[in-house]
Amino acid sequence: MSYATSLYLTGAEIGLSVAGLILLLVTAWTSRDAARGITIAAVAALVGALVFSVSLFDGGVGATAFDGLFRVDAFSLFAKVLIFIATIACLMVAPHYFGERGDYRGEYPVLLLFNAVGMSMMVSATDLLTLYVGLEMSSLSSYVLASFARRDDRSSEAGLKYFILGGLASGIILYGISLVYGFTGATGYEAIRIAFDGNFSTGALFGVVFVLAGFAFKIAAVPFHMWTPDVYEGAPTPVTAFFASAPKVAAVSMLVRMAIVPFGGEVAAWQQIVIFAALASIVVGALGAIGQQNLKRLLAYSSINNVGFILIGLAAATPEGVAGVMVYLAIYVFMTIGSFVALLMLRDEQGNALSTFDDISGLSTTSPALAWCLLALMFSLAGIPPLFGFWGKFVVFQAAVQADMIQLAAIGIAASVIGAFYYIKFIKVMFFDEPKGAAPAKAPTSHWVVLGLSVLVISPLGYFLTPWLGDIAAAAAQALFQFA
Amino acid sequence: MIAIEHYVIVSAILFVLGVLGIFLNRKNIIVILMAIELILLAVNINLVAFSAFLGDLVGQVFAMFVLTVAAAEAAIGLAILMIYFRARGTIAVDDANRMKG
Repeated sequence: MSYATSLYLTGAEIGLSVAGLILLLVTAWTSRDAARGITIAAVAALVGALVFSVSLFDGGVGATAFDGLFRVDAFSLFAKVLIFIATIACLMVAPHYFGERGDYRGEYPVLLLFNAVGMSMMVSATDLLTLYVGLEMSSLSSYVLASFARRDDRSSEAGLKYFILGGLASGIILYGISLVYGFTGATGYEAIRIAFDGNFSTGALFGVVFVLAGFAFKIAAVPFHMWTPDVYEGAPTPVTAFFASAPKVAAVSMLVRMAIVPFGGEVAAWQQIVIFAALASIVVGALGAIGQQNLKRLLAYSSINNVGFILIGLAAATPEGVAGVMVYLAIYVFMTIGSFVALLMLRDEQGNALSTFDDISGLSTTSPALAWCLLALMFSLAGIPPLFGFWGKFVVFQAAVQADMIQLAAIGIAASVIGAFYYIKFIKVMFFDEPKGAAPAKAPTSHWVVLGLSVLVISPLGYFLTPWLGDIAAAAAQALFQFA
Repeated sequence: MIAIEHYVIVSAILFVLGVLGIFLNRKNIIVILMAIELILLAVNINLVAFSAFLGDLVGQVFAMFVLTVAAAEAAIGLAILMIYFRARGTIAVDDANRMKG
């Protein structure tokens, strides 16, 4: 593989890095008024990366760049497209949100660009070194983003908590990586798989467990979910929408590739852990949300719950399961972006967030369009059939049943009924309670566009996408299982 | 003669001390930042020891990357701590409780 080909295959990351560096200089040299222009330039760079990633898709098994450090295949391209779409959405809604308080700065789009580079490195990594650099690039910019509203003490507290627990998670992953390296003598995924074959020692098992525990932190799976509600509540809402979508796609994809390619010969070593994390996340996510009054906190528990469903697909450890994970992720991104953007639009004339159930009671009379969008999003998150969210749950449960994990699927379905309680409470409060608080102020067009598009995808119209989405997800899964 | 096991044991002890430092510390957030550094240094000892033991350079290259990232991480951590202190006027662990539930 020539150097030029490697550069071509990493074109999206290189383009985004160069754009991020240039925009960083522009930010440093211009006044705060330029932030809007910088946002538009960052969106253009991300659209370019998106188009380039789509053009690299050849339906086949892909190619390797830089002597096996980096892989471009259907799996990584699928994840990258989702990551870039989510990042663009979070960029589009930000200027107006921060602008109202007068503290929108050009650092926001720049940090999102660097974060996107890190995330697309994570999903393409086929070497522990690339994985680590990508992971840290994404994490470090996330810590800053969480504390972006620096005059708000809750935002800085969220940043601090995220930094400490994220730093701990990185440390745990690294310790696992050092053990895996020590017991295999390799850092490349395929080399690790070959070294494990028939020679899987206790030390290596420790390494695998440490790496998976650290990943569970990053995807907010139980028992490593404690940071999620605090960080989601404290961070500014566009940043929360971002945390719940793009980094989650990146971390889940990284976990899936890690579990299937290097650790794929030792499924028994990690399957129990994944099953436990999946069930615990579903149950804790469903029960934890019940008592919540704050809507962002409630959606944080909802995202923990969703991670549990995603992990059911991985627990099956079959190509169908991985394809189910990818389909679920695609639908989940649109549901999450939609619901957080809807929360972001809930602000009164003074710009104060309407953040609790009391604030949104009777929303169907004060702002019917927003209430109906939220209704669709909540039913979709609950997995009620006419909406697209049902399809995601259906494919992962189908994969679990096909892999003979009927108990796992049964417990998952039972817990998703518990979860439906608080989604339906949302709808009950909006449609059947009397208005108590202030009516939400008029939202800008950019927010309506992002909300409208997400609602369109998760509406029953989304089912037109299923054959196409299914084919690409199957190609993505195939790209991982070719090593098995 | 110091064998590979000794290095791995020292590194495991440092790692556990770092993790305990984060969870048992009830006083100061700066101490937590130091505990995170301790974890990363434990990893570096592991990587370099394994690298020497295996006669493979990748481990040492990895350790250089970890050092670099640790520096960036410390810079960002201290910056976040600064804005936290400005907003709240304290860096005591028990005071980081604006959000609960």
